[in-house]
Amino acid sequence: MIQTESTGPAVSTLSGRGIPVRGNDIDTDQIIPARYMKVVTFEGLGQYAFYDVRFNEDGTQKPHPFNDPKYTGAGILLVNRNFGCGSSREHAPQALQKAGIKAVVGESFAEIFAGNCTAMGVPAVTLSADDMQEVIGGVEQDPQTEITLDLKSNTLTVGCKSYPFSLPPAYRNSLIAGTWDSTSVLLDNLEQIHLTAARLPYVDGFAQGA
Amino acid sequence: MAKNLFNKVWDLHKVTTLDSGQDQLFIGLHLIHEVTSPQAFQMIRERGLTVLYPDRTFATVDHIVPTADQARPFTDPLAEEMMQAIERNTAEYGIEFFGLNTDYQGIVHIIGPELGITQPGMTIACGDSHTSTHGAFGAIAFGIGTSQIRDVLATQCMAISRPRVRRIEVTGTLARGVYAKDIILKIIADLGVNGGLGHAYEYNGDTIHNLSMEGRMTICNMSIEGGARVGYVNPDQQTFDYLEGRPYAPRGDAFAEAVEFWKSIGSGPDAEYDDTFHLDANALEPMVTWGINPGQAIKISDHTPAVSSLKPEHREVAQKAYAHMDFAEGDPIKGKKINVAFLGSCTNARISDLREAAAIVKGKHVHRDVNAFVVPGSKQVARQAEDEGLAEVFVEAGFQWRGAGCSMCLAMNPDKLQGREICASSSNRNFVGRQGSPTGRTLLMSPAMVAAAAVSGEVVDVREFARQPVSV
Ligand code: SF4
Repeated sequence: MIQTESTGPAVSTLSGRGIPVRGNDIDTDQIIPARYMKVVTFEGLGQYAFYDVRFNEDGTQKPHPFNDPKYTGAGILLVNRNFGCGSSREHAPQALQKAGIKAVVGESFAEIFAGNCTAMGVPAVTLSADDMQEVIGGVEQDPQTEITLDLKSNTLTVGCKSYPFSLPPAYRNSLIAGTWDSTSVLLDNLEQIHLTAARLPYVDGFAQGA
Repeated sequence: MAKNLFNKVWDLHKVTTLDSGQDQLFIGLHLIHEVTSPQAFQMIRERGLTVLYPDRTFATVDHIVPTADQARPFTDPLAEEMMQAIERNTAEYGIEFFGLNTDYQGIVHIIGPELGITQPGMTIACGDSHTSTHGAFGAIAFGIGTSQIRDVLATQCMAISRPRVRRIEVTGTLARGVYAKDIILKIIADLGVNGGLGHAYEYNGDTIHNLSMEGRMTICNMSIEGGARVGYVNPDQQTFDYLEGRPYAPRGDAFAEAVEFWKSIGSGPDAEYDDTFHLDANALEPMVTWGINPGQAIKISDHTPAVSSLKPEHREVAQKAYAHMDFAEGDPIKGKKINVAFLGSCTNARISDLREAAAIVKGKHVHRDVNAFVVPGSKQVARQAEDEGLAEVFVEAGFQWRGAGCSMCLAMNPDKLQGREICASSSNRNFVGRQGSPTGRTLLMSPAMVAAAAVSGEVVDVREFARQPVSV
């Protein structure tokens, strides 16, 4: 099979320190409250990541890993189950990416959230609940621990211990090939797009039968 | 092996298999709104691309529009900027735009069906997770993020993996006072907020097919609250009757041709599924959420659960919910005081919802401690409700009657909860902060239950309420 030309940087290994945000079912309204989506670009969204769980209404800080200096500069977000549920807003992963997040590791993700991450070149990989517990616990104890994601071997290395992770094969392939930005990949098949449209009776308003 | 509707429609729209292993799927209808599209237009502009099928793309404004004073420029300069961006983008690329100065503006998931743009057998995408609503017509409808909007604008396609298909069979007769909203809240409570992960839900069974198209939309709408990106109902005679004569539906011979096609794409009696879930509608009661996700719903006659009685993985969220809601374990949900009643959203702001609610409030008055308002889902719904005298019933009862938009469903506009207010809401999400106040609280329920709560000042059982048919 001819490999489609890459459209963005290939993502095959990523390293950095971890930042754990504990809790199941963390929804996109928590990741970025809707009032900060009144924008026509994604620039500057990083400051609003987790805004309402980081700040009181008077602007003072609440205890949250994103406010904790020991996690400053960490690029690998560690989460629990059903992270990113709720709205389809890409503003959520965009805010995380703008806040320095390069990869998300969790027990499970909402489907649209994981798709949005991949479309931005941000791997969202899953570990078993027990492994996740251990990784989060370890990073909380030693925030300096170096974490490496290797997409080719589906391995997460935390300090000197390795864990197998899961990533849907299609996401893995497109990240490794650097084709996660799918526009040009899809446009390569322009002729087939038009052929598909032509066989759908509704595209010309069911005119053939008229 | 007979194919179900999902796989028939998927195969019909499949362009090719990509190197990644995903399918390239042609999108027959792309709906856009002001919040998630501007960045996508910016991306195609930066790459020198254009909109491949502008005729298959329709736009409206809903999330940011003020529902009280819609004079331009909007008071909020950020909202005004978003409004101008969609006006500019749709004009530049030749996309039909149902703006505030047209008769057809409204919440994107309400106007698609009511204009007959949404049709069976289509693939539909929109940068909004409640796009699943359109599945009520037997379409396969996906909520997508902004990068995918860029893809659909530029290529009319998505790169996507085929999900599994779960058949949700609902049988039996709904008791009076029990609605589509209660069915879907019960399904989510049973299967969990991530139970549908990786699945499309086919809603089937006599209860579903006895529902109006509006009721089916309410159910498909909240598929995403159960973790399923797609939900649909096989089209039937009621679907065809609903569509006939709508402004964008086929007409004459073309309509007859369309019905043939629509009939051909349904799941046959021997269609296969990855799994099946059964729900007995006879046993349903009105449902109310007590917590901070839509799965935390109980019957109106129930008490909030003891944390220790829940599955271990649900306990932590339940604890957070109790802390946020300031409820105690074992509280009856009935009798919880409310401050705000919100009748609106793409889940429940259609004409049938307003009729049910009006029948409850007619001749009564909103409780003095409650701020109640009705936000119709579209301009057409608003006009019809005014013509039928429903608007008058609401206003006489002390509700505010507003213009169409998303309003307090997500509070990206002036409609917001204040402080710790508790809102009885016909919308779909009770996440912390969703209705605009980080400390505000949301109780999800059917529109009739919201109406009954509005006049009572507390959560009540709508089955104990006398209804007054509102005559036109
Ligand atoms: S009404 Fe609510 S859920 Fe529906 S589109 Fe608007 S904001 Fe989204």
